[in-house]
Amino acid sequence: MDTTTSKPARQPRWTRLPIISHLRKSVGLQRTMLIIGLILSGILFLTAIFAPLIAPYGYAQASADGANFGAQMAPSAAHIWGTTVGGYDVFSRVIWGAQTAALVIVLGVLMSIFAGVILGLVSGYLGGWVDRLLVVIADAIYAFPALLLAIVMSIVISGGQSNLFGGIMAAAISITVVFIPQYFRVARAETIRLKAEPFVESAKVIGTSNLRIISRHVFPNATRTMPLIFTLNAAESILTLAGLGFLGFGIEPSSAAEWGYDLNKALADATSGIWWTGLFPGLAIVLTVLGLTLVGESMNDLNDPRLRGRRRAGRKKRGGPDMPADAYVNGTGLEVTK
Amino acid sequence: MTVESDKVPAGFGLAKGKKSRSQSLGLARYLVIRFLLIIPTMFILISMVFFLMRITGDPITAALGGRLPPDQLADRIHAAGYDRPVLIQYFDYLGDILRGNFGTTLSDNREVTDILAQYGTATLELVIYALIVAFIIGVPFGMIAAYKRDRLPDAFLRLFAILCYATPVFFAGLLLKLIFSVWLGWFPVSGRTDYLSELSGLRNPSGLYLLDALRAGNMTIALDVLKHAVLPAIALGLLIGGVFLRLVRTNLIGTLGSDFVEAGRSRGVSEYRLVTKHAYKPALIPIVTVMGLQIALTLGGAILTETTFGWKGLGFMLAEYLTARDFVAVQGIVMLIAVIVALTNFLVDVIAALIDPRVRY
Repeated sequence: MDTTTSKPARQPRWTRLPIISHLRKSVGLQRTMLIIGLILSGILFLTAIFAPLIAPYGYAQASADGANFGAQMAPSAAHIWGTTVGGYDVFSRVIWGAQTAALVIVLGVLMSIFAGVILGLVSGYLGGWVDRLLVVIADAIYAFPALLLAIVMSIVISGGQSNLFGGIMAAAISITVVFIPQYFRVARAETIRLKAEPFVESAKVIGTSNLRIISRHVFPNATRTMPLIFTLNAAESILTLAGLGFLGFGIEPSSAAEWGYDLNKALADATSGIWWTGLFPGLAIVLTVLGLTLVGESMNDLNDPRLRGRRRAGRKKRGGPDMPADAYVNGTGLEVTK
Repeated sequence: MTVESDKVPAGFGLAKGKKSRSQSLGLARYLVIRFLLIIPTMFILISMVFFLMRITGDPITAALGGRLPPDQLADRIHAAGYDRPVLIQYFDYLGDILRGNFGTTLSDNREVTDILAQYGTATLELVIYALIVAFIIGVPFGMIAAYKRDRLPDAFLRLFAILCYATPVFFAGLLLKLIFSVWLGWFPVSGRTDYLSELSGLRNPSGLYLLDALRAGNMTIALDVLKHAVLPAIALGLLIGGVFLRLVRTNLIGTLGSDFVEAGRSRGVSEYRLVTKHAYKPALIPIVTVMGLQIALTLGGAILTETTFGWKGLGFMLAEYLTARDFVAVQGIVMLIAVIVALTNFLVDVIAALIDPRVRY
């Protein structure tokens, strides 16, 4: 394991940012996958931000100009994706659903990174019985079906029924608890590795406090693989949110749009041949998870020199920048955590 | 993929087991310790779920609050012992679990273990079918993807695997229903069989409907059971199959690059045989281990599949009790599933240890 700090100095700073550096060292198929993933994820977040501008109606709007939309109407000019059994516009609800999804991703993953990384740093650095206890707990949670844990958490947080904020927080916290062990493991493993590095030892020798060593010396070096887990967890959190919504633990339709809830309602429609209420929210979930997973997978492959595709020698026709000199240095030592 | 040492908590001082001991003694020691490790895991899960569920209040208020007058509610709470200190309730609960008592449901007053006995077999049957589908998808396609690494077939198969993962089982189920049940009319929309009365009339039914129908020698019923199972098995099987595909691919890529594969090739072993025998066998150990660890994913998926297809198993009942806000039942079923997962993981580790003498902690 060589140190990660020995990068050639000539690379401009922005090219070393996680996704950009991955994009620069990718070629061919892997680059295509990464770009498709980035586009799909970008669409999600743009839709989420501009939902009020894109959606023709509100998520809980069942009438316009004094006239009801009508339930289960087939796609038409007024409602391009039809209406749901509750008389809402499917297109609008799918668009607003992106906002819920993006909020849950951001909140859930940020909270789990925060809690998981801190616990992992402290546990790995201090060691001893605290470390052992936390490891056993993290392993116990990790082995538990994520959906069940999320169900338990959402019962705890919202009693199973909720408004917008409560619902989103419940989903986000449920997801947090599920993912903390993963960040914990990675941060702990990195911390244990870094603890033996000379620069940590020299900091100890000159009497630096534990807090400062953890925050200034260990933490910045222990977060290398976080973007990877981040994207994969973001994908999984969408699935967990949808699963909760599907089981009736989502957010009430009057307080926010949520794809899983809509799919739950669409299940009965499908039996009578109504396809538009289920197809569009379902596709929204699939494309979102697909996009985030493609980004995560590509980053995983690009971080691992054994999996990273290389430009074939002798074929110079392909475009793209040259592989940066630090590609190998950056890429070593990542282990697939899932 | 790092597979070994994935599940067993580190830091128990087991890493440096004495190598001088005889092989069988080492194995026995490992098995005992691995079994004992289930205890802290279960203890942590039980305690966590118990305290989490009690933070919000007692289950009787959750189920009946607002529907009963306050004094009657208080009577019910007192009768069930939920007004005692939480710690006393906790030790009571631990004792009950040790005696195999996972509680009694509030809504229909049944033992949770009865629910397992009645509906567990349905879940088992679904999981078996789904695993068959997953193997049919995962193993051959994983081999092809590994062999055609970084070429077009591999790209397609990897995308397919990611799609399997990205599609929630209930959406896959909804699409399958729409296409094959409603539009084409090939398969029934939901349920496990149309011949429920015939099947329940059997002596000593196993609960696995296909087995029961075959034992009764009734091919009509057996065929009906299979027809009902096709769509749920595909929906759940695709989810697990995607994981299997990636697993087989990753591990085969590792062994395909080995010297012994090259040696085999130079001796004129056919490419087909190289992939399916020479490279696959050594890759099998991590594959088996990680496949076994998918039990949590499988059961989570089964809950959603059962709800989608009205398949009356444990997951279907869990969803029913969730809707009824019967949190005693929910807690009981969740704990049961946790026990099943822990025991399965133990069995997987035992199998891995038996196959591969190098697996020791």
